[in-house]
Amino acid sequence: MKGAKERAPKRLPLQGWTDRDTVILRALLVGAILFPFFATLVTGGSGGALINTAADAGVYVLLAIGLNIVVGFAGLLDLGYAAFFAIGAYTYGMLASGQLFGSPLHHEIHLPFWLLLFVGMFVAAGFGAILGAPTLRLRGDYLAIVTLGFGEIVPSVFRYLGQGSVLGNWTGGVNGIAGIDPPSLPFGISGPWSGEALRFLPRFDFVDPIAYYVLMVILVIVGVVAATNLHRSRLGRAWMAVREDEVAAAATGVNTVAIKLLAFSIGASFSGLAGTFYGAKLSLVSSENFAFVVSVTILIMVVLGGMGNIPGVILGALMIYYVLFNLLTNLPDLAASFASAIGLGFLNASHGDWPGLHDEVQRMNFLIFGLILVLVMLFRPQGLLPSRVREQELAKGVSEQAVFDLREEG
Amino acid sequence: MALLELENVDTYYGRVHALHGITLHIDEGEIVTLIGSNGAGKTTTLRTISGLTPAAKGQVRLRGKDITHVAPDEIVRLGIGHVPEGRRIFGRLTVRDNLFLGAFTRKDREGIRRDQEHVFKLFPRVKERLDQIGGTLSGGEQQMLAIGRGLMSRPRVLLLDEPSLGLAPILVDQIFDIIRDINQEGTTILLIEQNAAKALAVANRGYVLETGRIVKEGPTSTLLESPDVQKAYLGI
Repeated sequence: MKGAKERAPKRLPLQGWTDRDTVILRALLVGAILFPFFATLVTGGSGGALINTAADAGVYVLLAIGLNIVVGFAGLLDLGYAAFFAIGAYTYGMLASGQLFGSPLHHEIHLPFWLLLFVGMFVAAGFGAILGAPTLRLRGDYLAIVTLGFGEIVPSVFRYLGQGSVLGNWTGGVNGIAGIDPPSLPFGISGPWSGEALRFLPRFDFVDPIAYYVLMVILVIVGVVAATNLHRSRLGRAWMAVREDEVAAAATGVNTVAIKLLAFSIGASFSGLAGTFYGAKLSLVSSENFAFVVSVTILIMVVLGGMGNIPGVILGALMIYYVLFNLLTNLPDLAASFASAIGLGFLNASHGDWPGLHDEVQRMNFLIFGLILVLVMLFRPQGLLPSRVREQELAKGVSEQAVFDLREEG
Repeated sequence: MALLELENVDTYYGRVHALHGITLHIDEGEIVTLIGSNGAGKTTTLRTISGLTPAAKGQVRLRGKDITHVAPDEIVRLGIGHVPEGRRIFGRLTVRDNLFLGAFTRKDREGIRRDQEHVFKLFPRVKERLDQIGGTLSGGEQQMLAIGRGLMSRPRVLLLDEPSLGLAPILVDQIFDIIRDINQEGTTILLIEQNAAKALAVANRGYVLETGRIVKEGPTSTLLESPDVQKAYLGI
């Protein structure tokens, strides 16, 4: 890419963007700012848990925005996106904890979170390109299978590089890495080479959920700004051209190889960012947290929200996160109290094979989740908030009618 | 020196040996047509020139410079535009974006704007549909957009693959008129057609392709008089 030589790039109109999208994006921003106050108010002063959940949901929002670049913009079906999430989290885990003391390095490394945010991004982007390279000739189903493999390999490698591996204990193996440093302000590098004396301001550790929440909102805003700018850039148009028709894209002069690598790589960098945050907030990373189901969940968020449309993808992520981690976990209790309230309390007791409504609903959790997905896709096949293009496409279809208009005029 | 030359080109399409020793040339300012039946290798010839299916043997030269193994996007930069078979416009992008992508290799904003105006003059319909998505255009409009997109790279040579395919007769005439206009403005054209009568009427010279080999070539007037051509391609 000769990006550096280019004159200030012309801002292209956002493809398929409508006023509705702007309104929703602004509403989401206002909502994000007001949410902590709302949470505190609703819970009578103890909104910590809610705010904590919201910060976790933000991780998925960031992931969905990133995957949307790969799948929504460039049309490359990626079923192993969680791998880059893992790479971001492990990069942070290794470089900001005592973990590497047990490794052949025999030294703890405690780099500041703020630096590692960028490191995580770049490492993930690098691996994005590494995954992209062998898949350049593949499309659709074949590409999906290779990315699926990558998504399985990465957590396995992290699991393998633990106690007893030939290469040394880098990742804590099945136990993962615990005791990861929280982000702190102001940042300084502490370790054998620097003493506390170097600090000028009192240290502020991220302990309170609200600190993570604010940080997450900032990261999401940065992510949205970056993604919308990519969307309206030359690169964004090239991604869409490749998505629509790779041969035609090449025939119009798009370097499809570079363009696809950039999609994987830039998409992965969002995941690296999310992973770094995730590792820091949880203070623990373990290979189990990056299983196939995580990749699928993110993909569902993107597709269900409205592939290619950034506000749609954010809404999709929030909705799926809410359903999975709030609605479904509370549903058994809700069902039980609802049954009591309408006089069907006898359902709550267990009889023989019937485990009671509470347990039964718990058993059916993922059946219900599946049903919700099926219903949404039946009634909103284009996603909750599709881009205008998809709407136009569905409403108008491809018409041959106009041929005759032309004939009359011609 | 010919503007574009193919010398003894062999191309494989997957495992199919599609082109056998193709040699042809196109001079500056000409319209040259390749005629032949389905599967004769016409599309493969264009794909070989534009680098989408590079030749296994032989050479493709642009102004004497070997471009046989140059990447497709670089070939566009060198001045060869390709309007692929079946239009292949970007169906879910707007007409505006389709044209924008046609000029993807260029940086001169002013020139791009002028060329876009020019495309609008050739195809007023395209201008009317600027903010509509490509897939909702009619077949004829899509073909016009495809040619317009091809022109946006400001090519020296424009490769046109079956521009009349699937169009109503009146539109076919319009498209051929426009091809002539484009040529008169200085763009050299290599035209592939199944509609041999129309193609031979518009072109200066022609090549007849059969199963990946050139079996006949010459000025179109000669080809039109050839009994073989008349029988096989003109239905006379």
